[in-house]
Amino acid sequence: MLFGFPIIQIVLFGFALTNELKNANIVVVDNAKDLASQQIIDKLQGSKFFNVQKEIMTPSAIDAAFKEGKIKLAVVFPVNFNTDLLHLNKASIQVIADASDPNTAQTLTNYITSIVSDYQAQLSPTAQIPYTIHPEVRMLYNPDLKGAPNFVPGVMAMVLLLVCVMMTSVSIVREKEMGTMEILLVSPVKPLMVIVAKAIPYLVLSIVNLCVILLLSVYALNVPVKGSLILLLGESTLLIITALALGLLISTITSSQQSAMFASMLGMMLPTMLLSGYLFPIENMPFVLQVISNIVPARWYYVIVKAIMLKGLGFSFIWKETLVLASMAVFFTALSLRNFKIRLE
Amino acid sequence: MFRDKGFTGRLFIAPAIQLILLPMAANYTIKNINIAIVDHDHSVTSQKLSKKILSSGYFKLADYTDFDSKADKLIESDKADLVLEIPDKFEKNLIADNTQKTGIEVNAINGVKASIGFGYLSGIISDFNNDLRANWVQPERTNPLPTISVVPSFWYNPLLTYYIFMVPAILVSLVTGVAGLSAAFNIVKEKEIGTIEQINVTPIKKYEFILGKLIPFLAVGGVVFTVGLLISWALYGIIPLGNIAVLYLFLYVFLFAILGFGLLISTYSETQQQANSIMFLFMMVFNMMSGLYTPFDSMPGWAQFVSHLFPISYFIDVMRMVVIKGSGLHDIRFHILCVFLIGIVLNTWAVLNYRKTS
Repeated sequence: MLFGFPIIQIVLFGFALTNELKNANIVVVDNAKDLASQQIIDKLQGSKFFNVQKEIMTPSAIDAAFKEGKIKLAVVFPVNFNTDLLHLNKASIQVIADASDPNTAQTLTNYITSIVSDYQAQLSPTAQIPYTIHPEVRMLYNPDLKGAPNFVPGVMAMVLLLVCVMMTSVSIVREKEMGTMEILLVSPVKPLMVIVAKAIPYLVLSIVNLCVILLLSVYALNVPVKGSLILLLGESTLLIITALALGLLISTITSSQQSAMFASMLGMMLPTMLLSGYLFPIENMPFVLQVISNIVPARWYYVIVKAIMLKGLGFSFIWKETLVLASMAVFFTALSLRNFKIRLE
Repeated sequence: MFRDKGFTGRLFIAPAIQLILLPMAANYTIKNINIAIVDHDHSVTSQKLSKKILSSGYFKLADYTDFDSKADKLIESDKADLVLEIPDKFEKNLIADNTQKTGIEVNAINGVKASIGFGYLSGIISDFNNDLRANWVQPERTNPLPTISVVPSFWYNPLLTYYIFMVPAILVSLVTGVAGLSAAFNIVKEKEIGTIEQINVTPIKKYEFILGKLIPFLAVGGVVFTVGLLISWALYGIIPLGNIAVLYLFLYVFLFAILGFGLLISTYSETQQQANSIMFLFMMVFNMMSGLYTPFDSMPGWAQFVSHLFPISYFIDVMRMVVIKGSGLHDIRFHILCVFLIGIVLNTWAVLNYRKTS
């Protein structure tokens, strides 16, 4: 179960989930039915971004289709499209987008615009447009713009954090609930030892999980580890320790397993997913949230992993983040020890 | 149920907080992109271009420098997402040769951010290019070259705000979480504590027992949902375009399914920890594959098929359709039917299972 979790995550993120847009259902309303419109429609059909259906639809039919969720966009060619283009050198195409998902609407519109500009350039291939600036672009670290490189470090952070925090917190609270805690305390074992003993199995488990994830990323998803593997493992262990400490802290505060679970989830899952920066860019968030994201360990770990895995950078670039993680680990441990001792009295 | 002190807190406060915080975080509109401009030319033209880029509102200047290496370091340390390089003698060569190249380097780890960021930048550059031409070239009366303009119109959300897209979906995720977890916990807790045996000896029938657990949770789910709707109205100004009654109808069919799922899990687990982990795992998977954060249609066929087995994907879709576009009962008939069927399957399975394990 605890092994399946990371594997499922990687499979999901690697193969199923992506932010890239493909196969969007669109309708082309071709009122012109002339050569130019046909050529553009062919280009649209040839693109992997779109699933094109040709139909003559009135605006209210388009509205109904949007409402049923059947299509995302409608491209409308006016009646005299080609004639206008030939005689006036000017024509326009209307794009009606379902903007309930604004990013999809914008991105699809952008795709269409660039397909149309390609076509436009094809119409006059020999013309030299004066004073043209050509941007030459290089996409670094991820030239194919795949989703996996962005997600894998995030998944690593999530899996390690969540497994460690949840499991540890629940396990200690369980003892409290069951009443076996008193028995443990009566024994000559020091409280620190009890905590450590609870944490160690999860530490080992998480390291194993980490290795599985890395293996999957490198071999199944083609996300390489460009930098030092040892550094990566070291930083990950640091994160695991931080997570375990946090789990312990939660367990000292909560009194029922259900609350421990809830606290871990609330305190860990959602902030980690949202504020660590891997699903949504941190710079987009209101300032308050940006500040809060600073206390989410995953956020620092995500930066570290990206730097090592994807950019191949060394320790000098990530010492600051490492320091933050280390101090978090120390802080959580100290706090939980203090709480633990107080509870006993 | 209310005896557990944490419960009322979790019921209202947790979802409320999440509903407030999450949409603020889950904002995927791409802006505030950090750009570093390496200007080897320092001409009037290059400075005008830089100014135009920065005044677009999409970009924040990370650095304006003459050194490539400095800019490279900025990308490496994540202080810049993009580097624009304007070559030496840019203005001069543009006039003399009629063409010039600018180098753009993009941190493409986040593919969507990279392509949207690059889209903005190349759009700005091409606007700038057109302006330049208009100033330097004598305009002719008719358009010398065929131009096709693409005129977009954005329906239902003309301002392209991301909140209206995320808030309803996040609400669904929360309701599912609260309802599902509570359902799963309930039976398992009794098993653990041992009160199960006591209930087993009463003459109450199995399905009556499960129904008795089901009904309070339906009420609770409805309350959470209502609180959520109020918050989304108060904080984000989101008023469902469609019929609210349709939403509630779907909510109850949905809760029926989710609670069936929770009960099913609890019949399979012996400890709360187990129920937790399983529930949690499923929730993660459901959440990610439902189309909440990543587009549903971008998933491969097998993933879409699997996602169609989860009630949550339907609910998120329904919420967005009814709230943003005003879809009606007729439009979501397929969704309601599927979730209802899923609910029947899950609940029947739970009842049968319960019989077997006790």
